[in-house]
Amino acid sequence: MGRVDGFIELEGVEKVFQVRRRAGLLRRERREVRAVDGIDFRVPRGEMVGYIGPNGAGKSTTIKMLTGILTPSAGRLRVAGIDPSRERTRLARRIGVVFGQRTTLWWDLPLRDSYGLVRRMYRIPDSRYRANLERCVELLDLGALLDVPVRQLSLGQRMRGDIAAALLHDPEVLYLDEPTIGLDVVSKAKVREFLRDVNAEQGTTVLLTTHDLTDIEQLCKRVMVIDHGRLVYDGGLDGLHAVGESERTLVVDLERELPPIDDVPGARPVKVEGPRQWLAFPATRSAAPIVAAVAERYPLVDLSVREPDIEEVIARMYADRSAL
Amino acid sequence: MRLYAAVAVSGFRRYATYRVATAAGVFTNTVFGFIVAYTYIALWNERPHLGGYDRSQALTFVWVSQALLGAASLIGGGFQEELQERIRSGDIAVDLYRPADLQLWWLANDLGRAAFQLLGRGVVPLAVGALAFELTLPTSALTWSFFLMSVFLGILVGFALRYLVGLCAFWMLDGSGLSLLSVLLTMFFSGLTLPLTVFPGALGDVARALPWSAMLQVPVDVLLERRHGAAGLGAALGFQALWAVVLLLAGRGLQAVATRKVVVQGG
Amino acid sequence: MVDATRAYFLIVGMWVRSTMAYRLSFVMMTLGNFAMTGLDFVAVAIMFSHIDALGGFTLPEVALLYGTTSTSFGLADLAFGNMDRVGRRVRDGTMDTLLVRPVPVLVQVAADRFALRRLGRVTQGAVVTAWALLRLDVDWTPVTVLLMPMMLVSGAVIFSAVFVAGAAFQFRANDASEVQNAFTYGGATLLQYPPTVFGTDLVRGVTFVVPLAFVNWLPALRVLGRDDPLGLPGWVDFASPAVALLCAALAGVAWRVGLRGYRSTGS
Repeated sequence: MGRVDGFIELEGVEKVFQVRRRAGLLRRERREVRAVDGIDFRVPRGEMVGYIGPNGAGKSTTIKMLTGILTPSAGRLRVAGIDPSRERTRLARRIGVVFGQRTTLWWDLPLRDSYGLVRRMYRIPDSRYRANLERCVELLDLGALLDVPVRQLSLGQRMRGDIAAALLHDPEVLYLDEPTIGLDVVSKAKVREFLRDVNAEQGTTVLLTTHDLTDIEQLCKRVMVIDHGRLVYDGGLDGLHAVGESERTLVVDLERELPPIDDVPGARPVKVEGPRQWLAFPATRSAAPIVAAVAERYPLVDLSVREPDIEEVIARMYADRSAL
Repeated sequence: MRLYAAVAVSGFRRYATYRVATAAGVFTNTVFGFIVAYTYIALWNERPHLGGYDRSQALTFVWVSQALLGAASLIGGGFQEELQERIRSGDIAVDLYRPADLQLWWLANDLGRAAFQLLGRGVVPLAVGALAFELTLPTSALTWSFFLMSVFLGILVGFALRYLVGLCAFWMLDGSGLSLLSVLLTMFFSGLTLPLTVFPGALGDVARALPWSAMLQVPVDVLLERRHGAAGLGAALGFQALWAVVLLLAGRGLQAVATRKVVVQGG
Repeated sequence: MVDATRAYFLIVGMWVRSTMAYRLSFVMMTLGNFAMTGLDFVAVAIMFSHIDALGGFTLPEVALLYGTTSTSFGLADLAFGNMDRVGRRVRDGTMDTLLVRPVPVLVQVAADRFALRRLGRVTQGAVVTAWALLRLDVDWTPVTVLLMPMMLVSGAVIFSAVFVAGAAFQFRANDASEVQNAFTYGGATLLQYPPTVFGTDLVRGVTFVVPLAFVNWLPALRVLGRDDPLGLPGWVDFASPAVALLCAALAGVAWRVGLRGYRSTGS
């Protein structure tokens, strides 16, 4: 009906919880918590969007409404033309969900068996199933893991397994809740590359929540920031950076204690602890020239780059706003 | 020592926050109390002095059983499932590196739980039972204090048994089946299903010598003053203490074997 | 319905295969379960070593009550027994993972942690029932022949409905999983004994309020050729299937209400 571009559509969506609290011995206080307080957004088919915000901001509540787990208190919500809360099971066939810290794989069985269950549960045609599994196995590097009981997999391997499980039935939308939390660098990179690929080649719409700004940087052109149940930012990542002027941190371990490194252009020392120093530099700049400069001038033992925390970015965003 | 006291207090507090669970437990214990009480009335009507109890003593047995059910973990529960889960997930490796002794840590935790459940789940069913039926409760404060001592020793024995069962998760992986077996044995041999004094002949002798009888049968007999005088009480409490020591030591032994296994396998 | 059943068996199959990962453990636990649930009946046998009749019922008669309720309860426990994990799933958030699958949540929760070892209780119940029927001098007419399977199936459905209703209640009170034990395990214990043992009010309660009497009491009394203590009209003995259907429908409604409540409160 004219809304050509809305694959995921939210109009004035609200979720209000009644929280009962003990107040005194017998009396109970009722309080309304507006977890989501009037959110509007549209996501066109095939877009990959980051959905971020501090803990308790309303991220999970939104995702739960989008997947049909929770019924909205008010507003209109559609995913692929379906009202999630009314037709939850019908929608389930068309979406994939990965809850970061809750695996849906079968603990005591080989990874392959979990996929077999997905195949039967979603009634995936044989040829589709085989093709999809093959693609996931290749891109997520699961070949050697298929016959290993899930309990023997590492966190990163399990997450890769979970993501594959969510994609076997060709979902049109994929919701990811903290898909890289707790993963090692290699697994993180693999997961990101795979998501990029799925989005580009299958045209899968992806909505992801994360605390890791690199996820967003590397995956999403568009970011939505939610806080106190309201959408406070919706736009490109650069806009967010500009507003927040966030910084990354280079942690360097030197051979010995030295005075703060203050002669590297673009970086400034923020902390010194024995031979270890912390250098801050703008998140928009590449780390490579700074690393090179430090390595050239100082006896370097080890280094790592810390990404700016999303919460920090948002906090700065507010600080800047109130300053305006 | 102060560490373990703190662990016990936190165990107590933790269970104190499960208000709904406690209420649910009290409700269920009370319903069971009524069901079993009626069957005992029918039984003791047929045989008025069965097992050496009169009808009122038999009913006391029923309601004290329900009152101790939570504290003595007669139908399982408590730390055991948590311990199994930690073994299964591998988190136990972290516990082993703690500066506290694993067994004492869980024991302190379980004693805290038991103390709460004795109050939270014990008082109401016993009071309801006493209101609805004619019970034989002692009037002497001394008997009550010996009863509490016997309950404490019974809880120790119960802990030691469940600790052994819990540690089996190191080898079994599926601990729930074993836990269930342990519960069924406990229900039968503690006297919960039927007082052990009613068991005939050799079965009765064996049942009364097994550690499970220390968990319920002995404390109830202390309360009913069937174990009295220095000799009688000494034998009763000594029996419980002996089993507690033996089983706690067995737990330490099994723990040592398990620890070696964890260290060798790297968790 | 076909889809739901298919999904149920798919998940059950996964659990059975998971169990088979620990094959030895499974065999031991199944045998152990069979033996240990038998202890329950040993207690009844011990009672009858002291008496000839309980509430006017002989051992084979009580055995029929015991066997039929154990079989029905065992079947319900096998199919729906792990529904008491609903509260825990709500608390730890794993309920949400069930809600995003194209399969009814009830089916997923019922099949959760399916354990074949629970066949132990069913087998034991069936053995006791068979023994009772051999010892009893039942007047086998087409009616009594029909009553037996009807009673077992209806009983299983009624107990299943109680499991489902109890699980629905846990959406409201996450910690209250124990309340349903009063009706499931408590009910199973109650129905092992003749209704004459209990007060008329209790019998009325389990006839008209929580209709457990239809699991086995009313139809079994007809098989035994006895009158029911409430003096109900004769056709009531055949009402079990209708009552079972009604219970199932009510439990279904309760489940829907519970799930809807969860989806609007998220807790």
